[in-house]
Amino acid sequence: MLYRENGQFKTSYRADQAVFPIAQDRLAIGLILAFAIIVVPLVAPEYLFRAILIPFLILSLAALGLNILVGYCGQISLGTGAFMAVGAYAAYNFQVRIDGMPLIVSLLMGGVCATAVGVLFGIPSLRIKGLYLAVATLAAQFFTDWAFLRIKWFTNDSSSGSVSVADLKVLGLPIDTPVQKYLFCLAFLIVFAMLAKNLVRGHIGREWMAIRDMDVAASVIGIRPVYAKLTAFAVSSFIVGVAGALWGFVHLGSWEPAAFNIDRSFQLLFMVIIGGLGSIMGSFFGAAFIVVLPIVLDNMPYWFGIPIDTALASHLTFMIFGALIVFFLIVEPHGLARLWSVGKEKLRLWPFPH
Amino acid sequence: MTFKSIALTAACMAAALSAAVSTPALAQAKEQFFPLLVYRTGAYAPNGVPFANGMQDYLKYINAKGGINGVKASYEECETGYATDKGVECYERLKGKGATVFQPLSTGITFALTEKAPGDKIPLITAGYGRSESTDGNVFKWNFPLTGTYWDAADILLQHVGKKEGGIDKLKGKKVTLVYHDSPYGKEPIPLLQERSKMHGFDLQLIPVTHPGVEQKAAWLQIRQNRPDYVFLWGWGVMNSTALKEAVATGFPRDKMYGVWWAGAEPDVKDVGDGAKGYNALALQHGAEPNSKIVKDVLAQVHGKGQGTGPKDEVGQVLYMRGLSAAMLAVEGVRRAQERYGKGKVMTGEQARWGYENLALDQKKLDALGFAGVMRPISTSCADHRGATWARVHTWDGAKWNFSSDWYQSDDSIIKPMIKAAADKYAAEKKLTRRTPEDCQS
Repeated sequence: MLYRENGQFKTSYRADQAVFPIAQDRLAIGLILAFAIIVVPLVAPEYLFRAILIPFLILSLAALGLNILVGYCGQISLGTGAFMAVGAYAAYNFQVRIDGMPLIVSLLMGGVCATAVGVLFGIPSLRIKGLYLAVATLAAQFFTDWAFLRIKWFTNDSSSGSVSVADLKVLGLPIDTPVQKYLFCLAFLIVFAMLAKNLVRGHIGREWMAIRDMDVAASVIGIRPVYAKLTAFAVSSFIVGVAGALWGFVHLGSWEPAAFNIDRSFQLLFMVIIGGLGSIMGSFFGAAFIVVLPIVLDNMPYWFGIPIDTALASHLTFMIFGALIVFFLIVEPHGLARLWSVGKEKLRLWPFPH
Repeated sequence: MTFKSIALTAACMAAALSAAVSTPALAQAKEQFFPLLVYRTGAYAPNGVPFANGMQDYLKYINAKGGINGVKASYEECETGYATDKGVECYERLKGKGATVFQPLSTGITFALTEKAPGDKIPLITAGYGRSESTDGNVFKWNFPLTGTYWDAADILLQHVGKKEGGIDKLKGKKVTLVYHDSPYGKEPIPLLQERSKMHGFDLQLIPVTHPGVEQKAAWLQIRQNRPDYVFLWGWGVMNSTALKEAVATGFPRDKMYGVWWAGAEPDVKDVGDGAKGYNALALQHGAEPNSKIVKDVLAQVHGKGQGTGPKDEVGQVLYMRGLSAAMLAVEGVRRAQERYGKGKVMTGEQARWGYENLALDQKKLDALGFAGVMRPISTSCADHRGATWARVHTWDGAKWNFSSDWYQSDDSIIKPMIKAAADKYAAEKKLTRRTPEDCQS
């Protein structure tokens, strides 16, 4: 009743090609954005920002990047943590070594370096596919782990291998309080989400999806696999690299290679799978599921005032979390994004389903 | 209106409003809140659990004795699993409850919290770990590596093996190998060892072991080929017992192996049994102290009343004692702060910081606390946030740890300049200025 496009006629190509062709969708997105930009900063407590919202935004960004590669182009990658690390350490080096480097530029340069590394490790994808490619991208993970631990130049000769940044400023405005950090990350996320959404519905995105669905058929109709696969790697690693730089700069402030280890790669891959492969929305759902749920489960005993052993609480969190992952994958193998679109379909017929 | 300007106005509005909204909701009852970052799960749990139990037992013990001048100690645990991002989440969760002081219990988490603590005005105690240059309180206002750092540990180990050789200059031409946990923790001692190796002309070899340290075959193969005179072990958790098992397998003499104070506790050697006989490790102030007064008191006042956190037989073990004394330092800092800001009042993090900076635990006070023979005097100042560097070496005889050396102190003529240089580098990177003498008074 409320959510249907009847009567919304498109009279121009522009209207027909809009990102959100349905007026209700536009309204909903506008409201969500207004809520995220105006209401949340006003009401959320500091803990929510620092422990939940900022990690959620940054990991959504990384999941978005990975989704382009895995969900849209069908190239399974286990090197996400590595590309995040490259982004973070490259941005750190730009920030430390070049005096007066603007923060946004160093973050983007981190993304550029991650792109280069991503494309390099994407080259094997031209020959190998599926799980074999996943194993090949693992090499990126181990290589960067090694490089940032062993090559002192990358960490500015810090004796412990841990690097830190401080005094973040954008256009003279400090990025210091949780609200500022939140809005900074949100701005990045909005820009990159728009970019990704437009990329995947343009001709580049169609090429990626053609390659994903059947690469032989795609090359027969004139899509160059080299070009399609490497652009997917490039775009994906760029976004992931920027997310990594944000993770180090804004969220942690001080980090070591362990912050981007293999667990991070798996975590992001799970986000994409649980959220929904080949869906921008799914990246957000997946990130919310993986970031927020364990924290909520962890806090549950305190909220209800049940005194529970710390070790037991942490084991329970793992068990419930694992069970939920299995449950969701059985109920909806296409991820939470699919549940969302089923919900939308139902809503269109409501309250008179056939 | 462009997006950027919207974001900017929103940020400004929010910043102004959040300052008004987020007045801390502390000042609950008259309780001094001690957040406990612990790890009771994961690869480091065998070592993390006794430490956590010790900390909690001491706070219970203090409450049983009537609190800190009448102020009860409250606490809440948060599981970090030794992971930095989890630790940061725990910090954010617990700091809102009016935290007095944080003890990160991981060098990685210490690094991350060092950036956050000054903004939140919460001191960090890293008793026997953390970053070595934070000894310099003029730059690291909020960090307290009480009782010693890894540079002290490495220095004392070298002094000890030097003494064994008959003088530290006899180390010339010897081979020393550091087997270390490949993390900020394991890398901390390297600068000092390199400095000393240049001074005395011994050959230093560095062998990293990746987390969690159960795979060390390659490392010990290298040791077998290289045949070092001494192996220093900078491990934690399962890495320690694995190293000892590998040493048995490669036939490296255990009495030439020296662990740091985190590689010298019961969980590290128990599984290896007889194989670990002769293995040495540093004892940070204390070793296993089952006969000390404080242990008897805790057994009577806490475990005797059925409130013990862990099993009874771990009370008095090395890591339990480490937890106990870490909690004691946290509590005594508050007591010291109360002397200035009002007895029987709840101290804020800022006030407690003054207490930690002006800690004056002489032998008489320690004896009164029941720490006679467990700890030596600690006194901190603005310039020295470490307070003491006393350590001994203890040796595992197959059943228990026995002290096998005299007390050592690290050589400040070497460490002080290194601390100053490293702290200056940090200050330059962060664009900090050293604290003024007036700031030290506050």
